[in-house]
This record gives sequence, structure tokens and C-alpha cells, in this order.
Amino acid sequence: MTEVSVAKDAAPAADGLVVLKNVNKHFGALHVLQDIDLTVARGEVVVVIGPSGSGKSTLCRTINRLETIDSGDIAIDGRPLPQEGRELARLRADVGMVFQSFNLFAHKTVLENVMLGQVKVRKADKKAAEEKARALLDRVGVGTQADKYPAQLSGGQQQRVAIARALAMDPKVMLFDEPTSALDPEMINEVLEVMQQLARDGMTMVVVTHEMGFARSAANRVVFMADGKIVEQATPDQFFSNPRSDRAKDFLSKILHH
Amino acid sequence: MNVLLDHLPEFREGFIGTVLLTLASGLLAMVLGVVIAGFRVSPIAPLRFFGTAWVTLFRNTPLTLLFLVAWFVVPVIFAPGLNPWTKALLALGFYTSAFVCEAVRSGINTVPLGQAEAARSIGMTFFQTLRLIVLPQATRTVIPPLSSIFIALTKNSAIAGAFSVTELFGVQKLLSDKGFAIAWIFLWVAIGYLVITFTISGLFRLLERRMGVAR
Repeated sequence: MTEVSVAKDAAPAADGLVVLKNVNKHFGALHVLQDIDLTVARGEVVVVIGPSGSGKSTLCRTINRLETIDSGDIAIDGRPLPQEGRELARLRADVGMVFQSFNLFAHKTVLENVMLGQVKVRKADKKAAEEKARALLDRVGVGTQADKYPAQLSGGQQQRVAIARALAMDPKVMLFDEPTSALDPEMINEVLEVMQQLARDGMTMVVVTHEMGFARSAANRVVFMADGKIVEQATPDQFFSNPRSDRAKDFLSKILHH
Repeated sequence: MNVLLDHLPEFREGFIGTVLLTLASGLLAMVLGVVIAGFRVSPIAPLRFFGTAWVTLFRNTPLTLLFLVAWFVVPVIFAPGLNPWTKALLALGFYTSAFVCEAVRSGINTVPLGQAEAARSIGMTFFQTLRLIVLPQATRTVIPPLSSIFIALTKNSAIAGAFSVTELFGVQKLLSDKGFAIAWIFLWVAIGYLVITFTISGLFRLLERRMGVAR
């Protein structure tokens, strides 16, 4: 009980790695993010779920400023997000992002995809970068595909390469924007397993997903969004077995009883 | 027929003049065009404005008018003492750069937005994203329109002949003033242009095929 209320009353801001305060955003007339307060502690895995159009992807993308916000504050590791420019680029290097559509660089091989950021952004030595890239590709289980182009890989393999590409920057936090939504069903698990492993290794993660199994097993906290608001947040156990809000009950009844 | 053989040095000089002018102004247009296209998609508003103004100005002005400006306005206001060849280079290069810019920009727009987003999320700056991720992928789409633009540039360079720059079309004026049969002169001049334009389209077709295999 105490654990739940701690989670609900937003974790202490002091050790928050990602802190969103009173964030608002509009797309034209649509108020996609309404007074969002969210704190993600170091090492915490936060899974954001909710119906389509609830603003979860937008929320995820505001954290590394791929989407700008209209008002409010976002800070990462105690530093507010800077304006577009060099400083923002530096900060983005510390925030890994995995997209629904993989977005691997189509004109580069798998190995080059994982090396590019290290060499061009971190100014790492080419040899060291290649070693690290190969180690990461092995870790996500696509080491043998290093010299292929992204288009030659299956969706699941591409997404694992995308995770390796993000990890190559040694990010402080990883953002996952519906990482399995564009995958064939038999490939979802290979990606989720990599993410599970990351979570066990203590990576701070914000995961927007429809995979309730992943939310149950890997999340420290589930954030439920609807209509641009955070409606409810709790531990997975608490949320799935005993949701408090009607909106969450309705959502769960629709997705869990099929 | 004999007009060619009797005046081979003039024709050769004119041909080389056209090739050089086309090459130089093509290079200038390429560099300017890519840079201005970068301006037009940049997040910095003044750069975008400058890019738009550049394209609007040079794409919508008749080339002959640009030549007149290069001959009679530029020397007075900006840079006195330019030789005719340089003035022709500037007029042709600036004019063509507007078209190159738009071709490059259309290429940039064919690269999925996610590519740039991914590049930005691993910490690349705007310039790195453009140079390393977006432009290389835009190249393939840009090559066919560029081919047309450079062929147009070759033919546009004829205007320089009217401004007494030594080039192929000017040879025609020179020789017809001397009273030689116009039809033959025209034929040889036309063949000269064909050689250049066929070479350009051949080169670009080669480039296209090379790009098609990669990736």
C-alpha cells in the first residue's frame, strides 16, 4: 500500500533522472499533453500505456525534444532541455531513442549504423567504435548480420540493431516509442527479451507499448494515459489486478479479455 | 561543309569555351544549390528566408536580364573590373543554382523523416544529419532532374556568346557575319552542343546505374 502511494504521489524529484513538470502541448486545437507531471528515477523502468491518441508517443518524444512543448519544464539529469542547437545535440546523445519504425540509416550497413554515432558524435576512435559495435550487436543477437544493409534484415532484427545503435552512445536513459508495434507477432518476443535484459541490467527506461506482458514483468511502474492526461500510475501488480480509475478499468477490460 | 574545316580553330575554341563555361558554372551552381537547399530546410528562420529569397530571385528572372545585370550593374556596384568570362560564370552559376537547390530540396523531401529523427536522437547536429544521413540518401532521386538542369545550363551558356564571351554559339555569329552559308554553320554548332549534352546525359545515366546498385 505504501509503495503504491509513493508511486502515485510522484517519486521524489531530487534523484529524478527525467523530470517533466506541468508539461502542455497542442497540435492545433488538440490538447495532446495536459499538465503532465512525471518523474523517472535512476534505474527505473516506466511503462506508459493507454489507448491510441492518448498522447503517449508524443510524451515520449518530448523527452528528447523531437517534439517541442508549449509550456512546462523538462529536465534530464538535473539539466533543463536546451533550445535546438549544439547543446541539445549533446544532450540527445545521452538519451537513447528506439522508434516504432526502426529508422535505421538505410544507406549504411548494420555495423556502420552502430558505429556512426560513436565516431561522429562521441569522436571515438574507429577501431574502438567497431569493437564496441560488434560487442553490442552480439549482445542483441545480430552479430552475424553486421555487414548487411538494414533492408536485408527482418523487422525484429532491425529493431534489435536500433537498440544496439542507441546503446552505443552509453545513454543515461532509453526511450522506446512503441518498439514492437510494427513487428510481426513472431518477432515481438526477440525484441522484448532484449529489453527485459536491459531492464535487469539497471537501465533507466521509458517504454511506450501495447505489450501488457512486458509491462507486467519488466516495469517498476505503469503510467496509464488517456486523452492527453496521466490518469493513473501504480506498480504493475496493483494496476493490472486492481485499477482505480474507470478509464483504466474500461481500457483493461477491452484489451485483456480477448 | 567546308566552313567547318576552314575554321576548325574557331570552332574548336568555341567548343572548348562552351565546355569550360558549362563545367565551371555547373560546379558553382552545384555548390551554391546544395548550400542553399540546406538553408531552405534549416531550423534557423533567417537562413530559410535567405534561401527562399535566393531561389525566388534567380528562378524567376530571365537569364538574359541576369546577364545584363552582371555586365552593367555588378561592375558599378559590387566588383569593378570583372572579365566577361567571370561575369558569365556568375550569371549562369547563380541562375542555375536556384534550380539545383529545388532539385536537391525535392530529393531531401523524399528521405523519410524518421531518418533525420534517428540521426538527431543519437546527437548529430543539423549539419551532420544533413551531410551524413539525408543528402547521401537524397542523391539517387536528385540525379535525373540534375541531368536536365545541366543540359539546360549547356544551352543557356549560348547567351554568353551574345555578350562576346568566346563560346560555341558566338562562333556562329562570327562566321555568319563573314557571309558563310548559315545552314552549315548552324548544323556544326548544333552538333557541337549535341556532343556536350549527350555526354552529360550519358554520364548521369552511368551515375544513376551506379547508385542503383549500391544499397
